Amino acid sequence: MLTLEKRPSPSRFWAGVTPILAVILTMIAGGILFAAMGKDPVEAILDIFWQPLFGDNADYFRAQLLVKAGPLVLIAVGLSLGFRASIWNIGAEGQYIIGAICGAAVGLAFYPADHWYIFPLMVIAGALGGWAWAMIPALLKNVFGTNEILVSLMLVYVAENIQSWMAFGPLRNPEGMGFPGSRNLQQYPAASNPELIPNTGIHWGVVAAAVAAVLAYILLKKHILGFQIRVAGQAPRAARFAGVDPKHLFTICMGISGALAGLAGLFEVSGPSGQISTNFNVGYGFTAIIVAYLGRLHPIGIVLAGLLLALTYIGGELAQLSLGLPSAAIQAFQGMLLFFLLGLDVLSNYRIRVKETRK
Amino acid sequence: MTGTGTEQVLLTVEGITKAYPGVVANSNVSFRIMEGEVHALLGENGAGKSTLVKMIYGLVKPDTGRMTLRGQAYTPAEPRAARASGVAMVFQHFSLFEALNVAENVALGMENPPPQGELSARIRQVSEEYGLPLDPSRLVGDLSAGERQRVEIIRCLLQEPKLLIMDEPTSVLTPQEVDILFTTLRQLSAEGRAILYISHKLEEIRTLCDEATILRRGKVVATCTPREKSARELAELMVGETLTPPARTGKAPGPVALDVTGLSVNSPNPFGTSLKNVHLTVQRGEILGIAGVAGNGQDELLLALSGELKSDSDAVKIDGRGVGHLGPNARRAAGLVAAPEERLGHAAAPDMSLTENALLSGAIRKGLVKHGMIDWVRTKTFAEGIVKAFDVRTPGVGTAARALSGGNLQKFVIGRELSQDPAVIVVNQPTWGVDASAAAAIRQALIDRAAAGAAVIVISQDLDELLEIADRFCALNGGRLSAPRPVQGLTVDEIGLMMGGSHGMEVAHAHA
Repeated sequence: MLTLEKRPSPSRFWAGVTPILAVILTMIAGGILFAAMGKDPVEAILDIFWQPLFGDNADYFRAQLLVKAGPLVLIAVGLSLGFRASIWNIGAEGQYIIGAICGAAVGLAFYPADHWYIFPLMVIAGALGGWAWAMIPALLKNVFGTNEILVSLMLVYVAENIQSWMAFGPLRNPEGMGFPGSRNLQQYPAASNPELIPNTGIHWGVVAAAVAAVLAYILLKKHILGFQIRVAGQAPRAARFAGVDPKHLFTICMGISGALAGLAGLFEVSGPSGQISTNFNVGYGFTAIIVAYLGRLHPIGIVLAGLLLALTYIGGELAQLSLGLPSAAIQAFQGMLLFFLLGLDVLSNYRIRVKETRK
Repeated sequence: MTGTGTEQVLLTVEGITKAYPGVVANSNVSFRIMEGEVHALLGENGAGKSTLVKMIYGLVKPDTGRMTLRGQAYTPAEPRAARASGVAMVFQHFSLFEALNVAENVALGMENPPPQGELSARIRQVSEEYGLPLDPSRLVGDLSAGERQRVEIIRCLLQEPKLLIMDEPTSVLTPQEVDILFTTLRQLSAEGRAILYISHKLEEIRTLCDEATILRRGKVVATCTPREKSARELAELMVGETLTPPARTGKAPGPVALDVTGLSVNSPNPFGTSLKNVHLTVQRGEILGIAGVAGNGQDELLLALSGELKSDSDAVKIDGRGVGHLGPNARRAAGLVAAPEERLGHAAAPDMSLTENALLSGAIRKGLVKHGMIDWVRTKTFAEGIVKAFDVRTPGVGTAARALSGGNLQKFVIGRELSQDPAVIVVNQPTWGVDASAAAAIRQALIDRAAAGAAVIVISQDLDELLEIADRFCALNGGRLSAPRPVQGLTVDEIGLMMGGSHGMEVAHAHA
């Protein structure tokens, strides 16, 4: 009989190995799935994991990898700080949208002027927008004790409606022939977030993601706030004993994650996406939750997880094109990845022992 | 009970060994219990008592060895099997739901509970039969600790056990309540039911028990009749060394360091006890002992003094300065340190290393954080200093707090607070679950700190401990603090009354 036995302290070895093991198991299970659908499993797995990195058009795909991973990492780093303190901001998607709208609105207000400070102002506006949107659940929680999961999630749908209103109303491109959607910021150099080094995919959002990951790493390792976040998540009473004010910490963590999500929205709308449209958001705010956990709420892990998830998106699209795999199969494949990762998590806290059955 | 005489063997344990990774909890343990016998299992914390009874109760499976119950091989696979064989257990920590009433709680612990009405009648009947009156319709959340224990005992008695295991049952009782319990236990014994009584309180064992098996480091070191031994002899058998009682220096206390006036705070816990108009002062160089049965406001008092619960500014004054409105770190800066009762989860974060736990409360007074950045090198030095000075047995300061034994972690927690050169020290249950030598070391450290000029408050449920180290003594009862009295000349009866007597609990013969 197999039994699980709690380890005296979590195993660092398994915490490191399980993500790799999870990817391998996903490949196997995914391969079986693809084979059952009558596709060549090896080719499908190669399409997903190999072609984007080393295949024929790898240069293009590698750049896309950073474009997709950038916002995921930026949002996930912010979320991970809250998650570590058991603060569940599920509404990063909403903060992302509001950040994008605020940032774009500031940029468009200057149109067609050309000043060096327009883009920095947009960055500030984006962060503030996301921060303000996250302050709503924070305030409601601190004053009325509402559940931040529900409030932040529902505010995503409010944000989506504001986004539609903006695309149809205040921010609509006056020269857009009546189509919904703002002016394209890519065509307004003072307000755009261009590729910084040609063909690398690196734009300011990717830079911001890298900086955020480094700062989060320092915060968690060296700063007293990072320590307070960790204690609050692991032992709330010990945190109070250590002088942590739970409301104060809640406001800070919601604020940081909201601001980073808002930044991600701004960099996206002024860069790869270009305009506020009715559906420019593609769910980065939700996917970032997966990225945060896939990366074990650790800044370096989150960078790797963001890249991995971006790879499955890009590779998945490739497999859809080349093998005609339905997108549902790709989503199932991504689901498997998360399933195996969380399932194997048990190995870092428990060891499996074989026990002889009782007589 | 079988009519062939009183000397029938009920349970034998032969050569039981149980090892966990890194530690042998029980090594070749053998003893036996006769029917109707009150058998003591005596040993320090970590001696292997808990593991042993868990095996008897089917919670843990022995690696080797065998047990028999009334001559039959006895291998309980789980507690349900043990209960079916007539073995019942009252745990030290109650497994009761506060929001349910007594009868509902009892029903939850039964395999096939009868309808509520019938069960209530049974509870009433059994409880009065054994001198433990209990109203089945009362909410457990409203019961005192002693009454909650009754719920657990009655839950066991309803199963007509042949062997009742009791783990440290008196730790939650006043002296008067202990007397009631002992009357009940003697009655059970007279009916032929055996009791396995686990404790490290020697006087109790000498009063109550017929036989004692003494464990040390997982091995049986002696079997004796406790009445024939002195408490000191038992202690030395248990510890394996000669104990030195703490040394006091009779210095006159200095100026008042902590002044609490009219402190009333609401408990953060819905079933907690709010503090009502608490007054106390502690002078430098003095130890104030605060007794009380668990759940009478001890936790709340600690929280209100440490700053985790806030009050009016002038309700708590340190060296004359009102700090009632300030949080824990501001009070630390003012010179007050505190060690809560719950080691894992409150005084220490279980999954964090000792270094990180040293930072938890040491950051302010030891200057471990500069401009928000943690000085890990100094923090590690601080943690290593605690480990060394307080003899904390650990592979290193990188070890997670939860990997330490209770006693070692307690030494670390107390050491962390005492190493901060505090003006006021507040500790709750400083030696709870700590082995005798570690407890002696902790008590001595508290006395030394007081001698060095700190004002010390010791909240404890261990009366012997308070009488040993305190200068003045008072008790919490229902959130109110009795007027402090000098320890010298106090009688156990007076102490019991300060603690609330039998807490309104009815006594055995009241219903007979």
